[in-house]
Amino acid sequence: MRVVTLRINGDEREIAVRDHWTLLEALRYELGLTGSKQGCDKGDCGACTVLVDGEPTLACVTLAVLAEGREITTIEGLAPRHRASGGEGADPLQEAFDRCGALQCGFCQPGTLLSARALLDRTPRPDREAIRAALAGNLCRCTGYTQILEAIELAAGEAAGVEVPTPEWMADLRRAEGTSRP
Amino acid sequence: MLRLPAFELARPRTVEEAVGLLAEHGDRAAGLGGGTDLVPNMKHKLVTPEVVVSLAAIPELGGLAVAEDGTLVIGAMCPIAKLAAEERVGAGWPAVAQAASLIASPQLRNSGTLGGNVMLDTRCRWLNQTFFWRKSLGFCLKKDGSECHVVSGGSRCVAAASNDSAPALMSVGASAVFVGPDGRRELALEELWSTDGVRNKRCEPAELLVEVRVPPTAAGHRGAYGKLRDRGSIDFPLLGCAVRLDLDAAGAVLDADAVLVALQARPARLRGCAELVGGTTPGSPEFAAAARAVAERAGRKARPLPNVPGDAEYRHAMVPVLVRRTLEAAGAGGGPVHPL
Repeated sequence: MRVVTLRINGDEREIAVRDHWTLLEALRYELGLTGSKQGCDKGDCGACTVLVDGEPTLACVTLAVLAEGREITTIEGLAPRHRASGGEGADPLQEAFDRCGALQCGFCQPGTLLSARALLDRTPRPDREAIRAALAGNLCRCTGYTQILEAIELAAGEAAGVEVPTPEWMADLRRAEGTSRP
Repeated sequence: MLRLPAFELARPRTVEEAVGLLAEHGDRAAGLGGGTDLVPNMKHKLVTPEVVVSLAAIPELGGLAVAEDGTLVIGAMCPIAKLAAEERVGAGWPAVAQAASLIASPQLRNSGTLGGNVMLDTRCRWLNQTFFWRKSLGFCLKKDGSECHVVSGGSRCVAAASNDSAPALMSVGASAVFVGPDGRRELALEELWSTDGVRNKRCEPAELLVEVRVPPTAAGHRGAYGKLRDRGSIDFPLLGCAVRLDLDAAGAVLDADAVLVALQARPARLRGCAELVGGTTPGSPEFAAAARAVAERAGRKARPLPNVPGDAEYRHAMVPVLVRRTLEAAGAGGGPVHPL
């Protein structure tokens, strides 16, 4: 075992790890940060994506020991980070995902949100092509991606104070909700 | 859940120290770059080193620079994302930048290194699987077994070179610099490969790839990379093709090259490309006819095997298509060719 100090979501956390433990294992099983998901566990699916020094990184193929000294952001850190910078509630991207229904089972969502956050931190108004490219390493088996792309466009537009066209399906949803109500 | 087998992690701070560790532990050691190839392979117990030598704390390996004589010098630990985004690489060596931009996914390009992609282990659908999966088939020729599931009765491993950077770098005459216990040596990337899928690189276990050197390209240089894969977002190549065209002042082809990957254990140069397209001018019917001739030749020469995922017959049919499209893209100063 060796003792390492990991800087996670702005906190310094001292933990004992074995050399062969991945960052994902340290996060989930030593620190209780189970928001980062263990999907394929071999670098394909993107469910374990965290930010390391601001860059989307797969925690399942990163050794915990080698993450020492780097700034790590997990899904648990997004809302506190937003509030620390003067915001209210959750990260606007999380709010937008909620409003757009950009998830079903939610397993890919932490990783997808972190890839999206890294994109908007670097490029505040990405076009759809740039969003698709930034999310290329996050597989979602439920949504078909459309609402994820719309949610990111919505969050980016609102941050810039620009009105974003409401997705067509939202009107259908409202109509359906209206007719189903007594 | 895939656990890593236990190992001891060493974190040398100099190349000499790293080479010393690799030499001391021999076959029981492995060098760790970004971990995007080695870590999954360790999780699948394809490699089970007792000592893993991390190269992350060696600052001199992380560079990306253009030397005074115009040579592009890429440190082995240069992240693939950095190489793909560097404007000077895109301008001077477009095939290299395009290939880098199509390696794996954004997260894997952030962690993965150029040196790691050059040194990528060969891949096969019967190999890159969990230990349990492989064991249930009695393993295979490359690891733990004696039978090849690709070529029945085959005695030679046919796992495929799957590194997109290799053909692109070979198309522009790159060389690899290794440091080993006996000192430093530079060899043309062309010379690095063997046809043995078990170990397709001619270098010693204690030799460390420290940098890749790419000579400057001429004013009329054009290059492109074409990649065929299952999912456009992440996969290894089912087929990759790098093209170089050097044009004279009038715009006619002086020299040309095409290098293919993911067909066999080594990336392979397509012979006779320059003879067929030489003298033609991109955009002309003559160039188009020459590109078709090169493509047909590539299709005749290629023998795709059911080694990497993807139907071998389909990959064979796509060889001439990808070669022709990549030649045309290079001619037009475009690319990459990525039909997804």
